[in-house]
Amino acid sequence: MIKKCLVTLLLISLLCSCKNEEITSVQSYTYNELKPLLEKNDGKTYVINFWATWCAPCVKELPAFEKINKEYVAKNVTVILVSLDFPKQVAKRLIPFINKKKLQSKVVLLNDINENFWIKAIDSSWSGAIPATIIYNGKDRKFYEQSFDYDQLETELQPFL
Amino acid sequence: MKLTKTILILFVCLIASAFTMEIAEGYQVGDVIEDFKLKNIDDTMVSLSDYKEAKGFVIIFTCNQCPYSVVNEDRIIALDLKYKILGYPVIAINPNDPRASKGDGFEDMKVRASEKGFTFPYLFDEGQNVYPKFGATKTPHVYIVSKSGMNVEYIGAIDNSSRKPEAVTEKYVEDALDALLAGKKLVKTKTRAIGCSIKVF
Repeated sequence: MIKKCLVTLLLISLLCSCKNEEITSVQSYTYNELKPLLEKNDGKTYVINFWATWCAPCVKELPAFEKINKEYVAKNVTVILVSLDFPKQVAKRLIPFINKKKLQSKVVLLNDINENFWIKAIDSSWSGAIPATIIYNGKDRKFYEQSFDYDQLETELQPFL
Repeated sequence: MKLTKTILILFVCLIASAFTMEIAEGYQVGDVIEDFKLKNIDDTMVSLSDYKEAKGFVIIFTCNQCPYSVVNEDRIIALDLKYKILGYPVIAINPNDPRASKGDGFEDMKVRASEKGFTFPYLFDEGQNVYPKFGATKTPHVYIVSKSGMNVEYIGAIDNSSRKPEAVTEKYVEDALDALLAGKKLVKTKTRAIGCSIKVF
């Protein structure tokens, strides 16, 4: 009886973990560690979005990025969501947010206080306001200090494909 | 005919791009700023010309909601307390449209200022006519202006560790103000930090 129960429990938990795939951590990068993700030349097109859970316009546009990540996977497009949440908010806010919204795009944390250095290294025109987005591949690169809806993002992505 | 048309199109594009660039950029270091008249949280109207004795101003676009603004509030108060008596008062301006940023209304500003004990005017950019002239894009966003020619002297961040005050090793705004007070050339006139985009309805 106990054995049966245990097996059932095990099966249920397995099923749950398969369905939800809840994350328990987010990888944290300094700018130097993040940099290689911003300049890959592997035939793919990358959409890099700088956001934070506390940034309302960022949260509003996330579904557009999620949809691009899903719809354009066959065209070799990968979305990476670079969170600028404060490190002490990662466990309390960022991880629960990712799980609640069931975000499928890769989320990484940029934890580097040397903002005066890396903001202009990422793009000389970036004032530091978020949301901000880069679309790039081996051939081309564009930076946007603005919010997107799905149609706008798709339009900007097209020339890269 | 075809050539004229091409030239015409090019010309239109050039003008259009010049306009968008101008709107996007706003004041640069060295530019002369226009005075403004905005409502303060004590219900009086405030202009820079009211400050007869000032040598200049530390104009900071900031708001109630942005975590980057909140984490800098104590530093903004400290700047005002230190430099107001030396002739450079802080003038804080909330650029957000409260319809697009819950908690950034005029009454909310009064509440936040009293909770934190703001020592400086906290002005409401009603109609959002002032921040675009500066070219402010985010909160917090600092502009140091000297009063003699109303020139922009510095644009950017308060220091080099916006979100972690205990890790600050370079105080950009203090360094700039100390240089201005000593009649020296500013070492850094433009710096950057992450901030919340200004909310437009």
